[in-house]
Amino acid sequence: MRGVLILWFCLLALPLRAEEVIAGLSQRSVSLTVNFEGSEILIYGAVRREAPLPEESDLNVIITIEGPPQATVVWRKARRAGIWVNTDRQDIRAAPSFYAVATTGPLREILSQDADLTHRISTRLAIFEARGMADPMERATFTEALIRVREAEGLYQQHDGGVDLERETLFSTRLTLPKTIVEGRYAARILLLRDGEVIDEVESFIDVQKAVLERWLTNLAYEQPFLYGLMALFLAVFFGWGASALFRLMRN
Amino acid sequence: MQVYLPIAETSVNAFTLLGVGGGVGMLSGMFGVGGGFLITPLLFFIGVPPAVAVATGVNQVVASSISGVLAHLKRKTVDLQMGTVLLIGGLIGSLIGIWFFNLMSRLGQIDLIVQLSYVLFLGIIGGLMLQESLRALIRSKNASAPKRKLHKHYWLHNLPFKMKFRVSGLYISVFPPLLVGMGVGVLAAIMGVGGGFIMVPAMIYLLGMPTKVVIGTSLFQITFVAAFTTMMHAVTNQSVDVMLAIFLIIGGVVGAQIGTRVGLKLKAEQLRIALALLVLAVAGKIAFDLLWPPAELYSVTVLGRF
Repeated sequence: MRGVLILWFCLLALPLRAEEVIAGLSQRSVSLTVNFEGSEILIYGAVRREAPLPEESDLNVIITIEGPPQATVVWRKARRAGIWVNTDRQDIRAAPSFYAVATTGPLREILSQDADLTHRISTRLAIFEARGMADPMERATFTEALIRVREAEGLYQQHDGGVDLERETLFSTRLTLPKTIVEGRYAARILLLRDGEVIDEVESFIDVQKAVLERWLTNLAYEQPFLYGLMALFLAVFFGWGASALFRLMRN
Repeated sequence: MQVYLPIAETSVNAFTLLGVGGGVGMLSGMFGVGGGFLITPLLFFIGVPPAVAVATGVNQVVASSISGVLAHLKRKTVDLQMGTVLLIGGLIGSLIGIWFFNLMSRLGQIDLIVQLSYVLFLGIIGGLMLQESLRALIRSKNASAPKRKLHKHYWLHNLPFKMKFRVSGLYISVFPPLLVGMGVGVLAAIMGVGGGFIMVPAMIYLLGMPTKVVIGTSLFQITFVAAFTTMMHAVTNQSVDVMLAIFLIIGGVVGAQIGTRVGLKLKAEQLRIALALLVLAVAGKIAFDLLWPPAELYSVTVLGRF
């Protein structure tokens, strides 16, 4: 009895968060089927308040989706003997295969630099360079190039103002996963901000998986490459020979 | 309709794939060429990673040559002895090619190597075909063409380890056919082609084989070398995409049937010029991409992916 009482007092002593975020996702899993053309995820939620709405500051919401990290190499081309050849490389220890940031306002204005560093929100901070080029400025050019290339492919996205926030309570955004996404667990983070600081954060996951046949083929290709090769040959012989046999039958 | 390619890890339009397979199949039906040298670069253009395009292209070569080789075996127009020597060379060449391919992949230069080989070989065969077909066009206008000598003897025929090739009626050293086979094997591994465009002229002009066994024997070698190379790519790179292969094969088989019939009704010489120009155009496009300053100097590769 005394124990319960102490526990209860302890709970009371915890600082009550004035505002809490509750969020949901339109889907928890994405299946990369034969006709996969990309997928749109709706992320929505509400802010729960125990105290009256603070008047002096604005509430902001940042939503990020991060795909599984990969070891990556960024190449730079230069002209050698008249043709454009990959000459310089910078290794990236881990770069998210997909990264999207949506906010209620300009990221630089609603998020302090310190908060960005602790929570690693902007795309630049989600990428971990490996040691490589001695010159840090050079390294930075390669990382910026990585972001530029992936933004062009729709794999990295930044949508300032992409989150709708209604009456400082209800928010929602739609983010598009392009058709080139890879398998794995995608983390969705919903962050609540006031005065540039993160006041609450929740995380949720989306599982991206190849559909049954595609998954089976990939597993076979990587785990039983010999069998997979035999199957590829069998299919080639079967269709190559079978189809011409069929045409011969049709002609007669 | 989009198709998700599980190995290439991207989606492409199914009709584009069937179109590439069908179009190249039609050309191969019309001209009796394998068409691998067109499929692989066309796959680059629609966004398939070069490593996957090469490995899958060579798998498609198996499908497009298998029924031909069976027909030639039945008609006994295959020099099995010569075919075996070419094949041994081909397997060695394929191993060298695969080794080189994987080395270049690790160095991040495989795209460049594949593109350069295509510019070189498509440029050469396109140019030769154009020259040949223009000459044929002229020859058909003034019928007094000089006759070519059947057998020429030069240093190639004086090499040691001579062997009797009964079906071809040849008594030559095994080295020239071994080297020819090897060269074709290297091309199969690096470019994803059958290599008929190199082997057929080499068999006729270099080895002096009679034309009636050339096609069957080259198809015999190509089928086995392509099958071996497919296995090697599948085992060492995991870069054969069967989903992609099936679409190309189906398109190709149907296209070849149409092509064979269309080819009979059309004038061969003009068509040959058209094919030569097409080959040169593809070579030109790849060369242009290599020579023109790229819009984006940087590119991204993910380790362990294509």
